[in-house]
Amino acid sequence: MGTQKGLESIIADFPLFRDLGPRNLEIVAGCAKNVRFQDGEYIFREGEEANVFYAIRHGQVSVDVFTPQRGPMTIQTLGEGDVLSWSWLFPPYRTLFDARCLTLVRALAFDGACLRGKCDEDPSLGYEFMKRFAKIMTERLRATRLQLLDVYGAPGNA
Amino acid sequence: MPDPAARVQPMLPARYELTRLRRETSDTYTLELTPVDGSPMVFSAGQFNMVYAFGIGEVPLSISGDPNRPGPLLHTVRSVGAVTKAICALKRGAQVGVRGPYGSCWPVDESVGSDVIIVAGGIGLAPVRPALYEVLAQRRKFGNVALLYGTRTPKDILYRRELHGWRGRFDLQVEVTVDHAAGEPFEHIGVVTRLISGVHCDPHETVAFVCGPEIMMRFTVVDLMELGVAPENIYISMERNMQCAVGLCGHCQFGPAFVCREGAVFRYADIERFFQIREI
Repeated sequence: MGTQKGLESIIADFPLFRDLGPRNLEIVAGCAKNVRFQDGEYIFREGEEANVFYAIRHGQVSVDVFTPQRGPMTIQTLGEGDVLSWSWLFPPYRTLFDARCLTLVRALAFDGACLRGKCDEDPSLGYEFMKRFAKIMTERLRATRLQLLDVYGAPGNA
Repeated sequence: MPDPAARVQPMLPARYELTRLRRETSDTYTLELTPVDGSPMVFSAGQFNMVYAFGIGEVPLSISGDPNRPGPLLHTVRSVGAVTKAICALKRGAQVGVRGPYGSCWPVDESVGSDVIIVAGGIGLAPVRPALYEVLAQRRKFGNVALLYGTRTPKDILYRRELHGWRGRFDLQVEVTVDHAAGEPFEHIGVVTRLISGVHCDPHETVAFVCGPEIMMRFTVVDLMELGVAPENIYISMERNMQCAVGLCGHCQFGPAFVCREGAVFRYADIERFFQIREI
């Protein structure tokens, strides 16, 4: 793990935190640490307490849902620059999917409970966080809608 | 681009012999067609031909081969309707009628000096493959080049061997994603638009070529513009019911344009207004 200053500069480079400002970066860095996971390792499983979210710096993570008849089904994969989990933001703070590493994964792990506390103390930081997470959620929702359309499956008739 | 009006008999197909039929996926084949009269067709990347299965019907098919490599004509066809099923069922040595090439082309030469993002969905990889060949043939004239390809499942990936080759190059970013993998491990699972944010490019100096189902192109254009690519630098390949291919019958009318004549490749900024209108 690097120093607090080193961590701040890594966080500042991450898309989610770009232009967050030095004061907010310092607060965020206080709730962050570097983590590594090995290929095949589960970062979390469905139903676990969700008090951490991850900013993926390297590697691929598959977001799976387990179905009794078909086993784990991958909903999507996430990679460098992506954020994993927003369950830490909303009660009941439980994960909804499995997150499984497809490769070595290096990430920043953020203590969600710590950040929630900071956001409650400073509503402007909380608003900033909500805006940034809402954007990610919108993008994921848009992608999921497109995925549901099964656009490559509709044949023509010529 | 050849002027269709200058053609003496634009509706008269030339005979081509099927010299090879390569199966790409369960329902998609690449035809290798050799002109019976021996003169190879000159075409530009993005153009299409009308291919006639004798006695059954004619369909517009994009040319999927290398414009700079003289030789057999390549068309990649998905077997989905009466004509395409008949074409895909042909045996080596059979003949088809071909007229063309028609339509506009990808602005490869005009894009020299820029970064290039090619976004293809499903069989949409076939019409942009000639553009990629052209870019790679003069690779040093371009900045970063990326191919983003999305398809339904790993079994539906076209040109698999070629994609592996492209991925091995140091001067080309290739990302492939599938919508669903049914439990099969795959690097990227999700829609092709999700790959756009990971492209190494300067958005203000980037030209994008997009080809795939129209709904996929709509979402892709939104994400490209969000990245910072100007609508003037986004080109899309439209698909409509092309019948005459020379702008006479009107079946492929798209706003004030005929897709067969002014398209199929359009600059997005030129058609943005019509692209947003339903059922046009």
